[in-house]
Amino acid sequence: MTDMNTPLSKVRGLGSAKDGTSVWISHRIAAVANIPLVIFFVVSFVGNAGKGHAEWVAWIKQPLVSVLLILFVLNFTNHMRSGLQEVVEDYVHSHGSKWAATLAIKFGCALIAGLSVFSVLRIAFGG
Amino acid sequence: MAKAKRPLSPHLQVYRFGAHMAVSIIHRITGSALAFGAILLTWWLVAIATGNEYFNTVQGFASSMIGRIILFGITFALMQHFASGIRHLFMDAGKLYDLKANTSSAKFTFVFSVVMTIVIWAAAYKVMGVL
Repeated sequence: MTDMNTPLSKVRGLGSAKDGTSVWISHRIAAVANIPLVIFFVVSFVGNAGKGHAEWVAWIKQPLVSVLLILFVLNFTNHMRSGLQEVVEDYVHSHGSKWAATLAIKFGCALIAGLSVFSVLRIAFGG
Repeated sequence: MAKAKRPLSPHLQVYRFGAHMAVSIIHRITGSALAFGAILLTWWLVAIATGNEYFNTVQGFASSMIGRIILFGITFALMQHFASGIRHLFMDAGKLYDLKANTSSAKFTFVFSVVMTIVIWAAAYKVMGVL
């Protein structure tokens, strides 16, 4: 079989992508931001444990709580997207499943962020 | 592109099992489990935004036996991921690499997550007036 590829063209693209550092750093920044947000979330949940609908609505309606919840959701979905993506890249090697999983992660995280933020806003601004 | 057999870096099987290894694997498992927790949190927020009736349905599931087991597992996953995530941040800063500190910090993440999971649930039951 005649091979028209030059040795250089065979190895091109086989190295690292050389642009992963920003993802690595943003994953860590989100991790740092998650520390106070998770503490806020857990303490609030424990403090409001067993509350009914009206009480949860009143709690979320507080401006600081609405903002912190939205920041928490946006931050953890960002952290979750790059984290899950890294797991997929390490363990899923077939091209098709890797892209299917990647799309599922990206769309799933966007959906979680969209639904959660809209819900918080609706509760915060609702009557 | 050519699908050449390219060398892979050594994986799990070449390392001796220890706390440091367990914490690393469990960090990924708990992280993935928390994605499921994120779906539940979204469901819960949507339920509050939807109204009293639907909220009670979701609350009913959350307070059922299976719901409590799931939430207990997510609490543990969150605390374990939290502790081992902070350990990873120290490692990113170049700390905790000597064998002793590495192993003892790995063990500490498990102590932390187990204790915190119990504390959180005890506190929640206390708030609800069950304990």
